[in-house]
Amino acid sequence: MSEPLLKVRDLKIGATVYPPGEKPHDIEIVHGVSFDLAPGKVLGLIGESGAGKSTIGLASMAYGRGGVKITGGEVWVNGRDILKTSHSDIRKLRGGEVTYVSQSAAASFNPAKKIMDQVVEAAVEQKKFSRKEAEARARELFAKLGLPDPDNIGNRYPHQVSGGQLQRCMTALALCPEPDLVVFDEPTTALDVTTQIDVLMAIKEAIADTGVAALYITHDLAVVAQVSDDIMVLRMGNTVEYGNTDQIINNPQEDYTQALVSVRSIEHEEKQPTPEPVLSVKGITARYKGVNFDVLHNVNVDLHPGQTLAVVGESGSGKSTLARVITGLLPPRDGEITFAGRKLSADLKGRTREDLRELQMIYQMADVAMNPRQTVGTIIGRPLEFYFNMRGSEKRKRIIELLDEIELGEKFIDRYPAELSGGQKQRVCIARSLAAKPKMIICDEVTSALDPLVADGILKLLLELQKIEDVAYLFITHDLATVRAISDSIAVMYQGRVVRYGPKSQVLSPPFDDYTDLLLSSVPEMHLGWLEEVVAHRKMESAGN
Amino acid sequence: MHPIIKMVFQRLALGLLLLFGASALIFGLTEALPGDAAQAVLGQSATPEALANLREEMGLNRPALTRYFEWLGGIVQGDLGQSLTNKLDIAESVGSRLSNTLFLAFWAAIVSVPLAIFLGLLAVRYRNRWPDKLISAVTLTTISIPEFLIGYVLVYFVAVKLGMFSPLAMINDSMSLGQKLNSIALPVIVLTMVVLAHMMRMTRAAILNVMQSAYVETAELKGLSNFQVIYRHALPNAVAPIVNVVMLNLAYLVVGVVVVEVVFVYPGMGQYLVDHVTKRDVPVVLACGVIFAAIYIGLNMIADIVAILANPRLRHPK
Repeated sequence: MSEPLLKVRDLKIGATVYPPGEKPHDIEIVHGVSFDLAPGKVLGLIGESGAGKSTIGLASMAYGRGGVKITGGEVWVNGRDILKTSHSDIRKLRGGEVTYVSQSAAASFNPAKKIMDQVVEAAVEQKKFSRKEAEARARELFAKLGLPDPDNIGNRYPHQVSGGQLQRCMTALALCPEPDLVVFDEPTTALDVTTQIDVLMAIKEAIADTGVAALYITHDLAVVAQVSDDIMVLRMGNTVEYGNTDQIINNPQEDYTQALVSVRSIEHEEKQPTPEPVLSVKGITARYKGVNFDVLHNVNVDLHPGQTLAVVGESGSGKSTLARVITGLLPPRDGEITFAGRKLSADLKGRTREDLRELQMIYQMADVAMNPRQTVGTIIGRPLEFYFNMRGSEKRKRIIELLDEIELGEKFIDRYPAELSGGQKQRVCIARSLAAKPKMIICDEVTSALDPLVADGILKLLLELQKIEDVAYLFITHDLATVRAISDSIAVMYQGRVVRYGPKSQVLSPPFDDYTDLLLSSVPEMHLGWLEEVVAHRKMESAGN
Repeated sequence: MHPIIKMVFQRLALGLLLLFGASALIFGLTEALPGDAAQAVLGQSATPEALANLREEMGLNRPALTRYFEWLGGIVQGDLGQSLTNKLDIAESVGSRLSNTLFLAFWAAIVSVPLAIFLGLLAVRYRNRWPDKLISAVTLTTISIPEFLIGYVLVYFVAVKLGMFSPLAMINDSMSLGQKLNSIALPVIVLTMVVLAHMMRMTRAAILNVMQSAYVETAELKGLSNFQVIYRHALPNAVAPIVNVVMLNLAYLVVGVVVVEVVFVYPGMGQYLVDHVTKRDVPVVLACGVIFAAIYIGLNMIADIVAILANPRLRHPK
């Protein structure tokens, strides 16, 4: 067997942590991981947040983010241990032999410099190419990655291209110096599903064309199954399972891997509409101050008591704007909203305390939706005081009840948000909204920032609570798997319009309109070759047209 | 019209409005002081009749608003009025003083701004190590010592003991540039020491803030050296806050140098202002106030405009 390009042996990585109220101390976050990567092959590193996958990826460039330090083991790249090599050799390695594609290209491109300058910088700096050669190569890569106007796009600034285009530019940046290995760190996670497919295909073809090896890091097993030869499943810094892609997907040995493969298998029976909707949105047209176009056009939807209406669409479709209109933060230009049998004031100022209490909201970013200096008890207790005038032991009893309902329990009452995990924070936000005893909760992408298994837990909890409290959800999401799991009816939004609306069974059954079809077929599926099938199918269809 | 041109014009208009407000404030404050120009002129010999006559003669009995607009009208046409004490045209006397002050401020800026930014970059490059701590300690010390003390210490040790540079910063038109620079060397050093810490620390903080960004990590992972990362990728994004503090300090170099000018007997605006404040020469004080306000507002406006121009999102809209 040929010598592997990247050989990692018993890699141990540590970090300094600063827990509140305690002395800073060092902990180990990766506990002895080993793997090989042959030239031209792709290894998928998969796991939830905190699994150590990005940390391991960066270790292959001898880099530790923040206070992260590599504390033990060996990392061999091109026949030498880069943990023992010189400082100048590491600089030759980074950007020359190994390059990096980050999750957020928008943040990873310098806003003050043109794209071309940044794409060719490493190649020129490492003396792999002259500036002229590097630019020619970059233009070639832009074309290969399917970017529009490849000859001139480099002259633009990062904010002048879209998120999906920028992610492709980042891939070009990584491939430009002809590296031996590219570390892809969640390169499509921040993109819309329909954009994700194109970027994924572009990356896959670029890997195949250039013969470069890759570490592909993601939390989405369905995505990694499309691009990698081997997969390593990681959990809390340990290897759970390591094998070829076919075996991991079709014959997972470990319980944890099986859970990942079968994630999002929630079954939810669709409920029938009732005669009297709790929320009725009629003919809403809205625009933001200072712009001269509407972001919502004549939106009509109903939500029935104790049921879930999923509003699904990509970024920019207007789904969050609809939530702002319903909450009264953005008074619409036209149309009206009926809630619990009464007409709601368009403006937040005109709403009664009862209106406010019965219509609650949960947000995507649980950690910024809570005051970091208040305990869980104070956070949940606030609506109890405000709406029900509860004090003392009565309030405490109710807080504990709510904590039990969200499956956290009394011991969390004195904790601060910083001491909670992402899923626990979102649970506290759910309890806070339930404390007001609302008729309806707007859930704005509440699971998007969470790991799949944690998100699954949150969805199950929301369904459970819906049964107990008889609360209706307006569930805003871009994720169709979530929609399938939780909704009774669905509104598909595209460019400010509802393009498809009805009971779940009807919306998700053919015949589809073009946009819903595109959206549905873009959701990655957990089988090998899915990506090629979809792309081939689309090519055929566009040829047919 | 390109949105950036619109924004720049908005800033200019705002600056003029601000200057107008400042002139009203300066005029109003001198009005509010007890006594008036007639009293100041007559001094001890003021009898009620003489005062009334002089006030009539100087037009001081007319409403304040009328006098304000007359005064403002004069300024717009370059007429700053007449000094009470020596009856000279203020615009003429201020002219040479102002150019002297600007000359000193210019050279102090030429030395201090690049030095402060370079030291800031150096401090970031070696952050929390001894070069960073040394730079912080030294600049903080120099800003903490009153500038007149630094001035006198330099005069004693450098000029008197070592015989380098002139202890008095007298300049006149017959001197060559070299002679002038030799003459102002000590005040330039003092001013540099005063403004250095502020600018250097802001540079350090602004760049450190940018160093947290993902694009700095990208630059590090390209194998660039630390200094390349800071200079090429962090500095361009820290321009706005740095320019702001640089402009504040430049304004200080012009309007705040009174003490230093007195110490070195430098014939600048500060000396001139102090002389006439003691003589209660109101027209001169008013004129100096407006000139200082104009310089202050002008420099801050430049900072605003540079910050707008430094933002690629504004410079290159979608």
